[in-house]
Amino acid sequence: MRETVMQYLNAFAIGGLICSAGQVLIDKTKLTPARILVLFVSMGVVLTALGVYQGIVDVGGAGATIPLTGFGYSLAKGAFRDVDKYGLLGAFTGGIRATAAGVAAAVFFSYLAAVAFKPRAKS
Amino acid sequence: MQHIMTKNDYRKYVDKVSPNSKTVRNTLRAFVVGGFICMIGQFFMNSFKQMGLDQEVTSSLTSIVMIFLGVSLTALNLYDDLGKFAGAGSIVPITGFANAVASPAIEYKSEGYVLGIGARMFLIAGPVLVYGISMSIIAGIFRYLLKH
Repeated sequence: MRETVMQYLNAFAIGGLICSAGQVLIDKTKLTPARILVLFVSMGVVLTALGVYQGIVDVGGAGATIPLTGFGYSLAKGAFRDVDKYGLLGAFTGGIRATAAGVAAAVFFSYLAAVAFKPRAKS
Repeated sequence: MQHIMTKNDYRKYVDKVSPNSKTVRNTLRAFVVGGFICMIGQFFMNSFKQMGLDQEVTSSLTSIVMIFLGVSLTALNLYDDLGKFAGAGSIVPITGFANAVASPAIEYKSEGYVLGIGARMFLIAGPVLVYGISMSIIAGIFRYLLKH
């Protein structure tokens, strides 16, 4: 019970911190949201490759995997795992293999939503 | 503390203080909303794990559910409102990625099913995938070279 409460608090704290970092960047540097997302995914890949991000995931759980840095974490972790399994080919298969569910879901659900819903009327 | 003598002084004082306090307010909002979205993710992760699913299936299913929520809220025009309040708190989580795919897909529907929906959904997701995938390949190649 106590462990679960700590897990949720950690997810809140770590996830909140990562999002705050994004907000500070938006306010202080005028980076557009698209650039923030690219930056965060890249940061996730680099920090995972350097062995730093796994520690953040171990503490933060979903707080570290749900932000876009977590997407980078999955990409890098997948690439590493497949390189260990299949050699150099794994560098090309691992990232997409590990993130396939999320990317496929985003494309498919968005397509369905676009077909089913009308754009918001410009006000 | 600063003594405020005239309207002009007051305006200067506000100008000096407000950009910072605005950043503090935005950052707090991003923290709370972003943290809360991650807690929802943690809830789904725990639920799937409790069903006896392994780590990989759990994280894939959690991504799918969170993306479904992000796309649904976007389609219902609710995610934009959340974004106005939360800023990066709604952009940085994976639900924000889902929003970045669904939002232009819906908005550019009038340009057609192929070049409208099909192409525009990658307006922001495209760059994210380009840089994310490319960097993971580079990381994988480094891993390979270091091992051999």
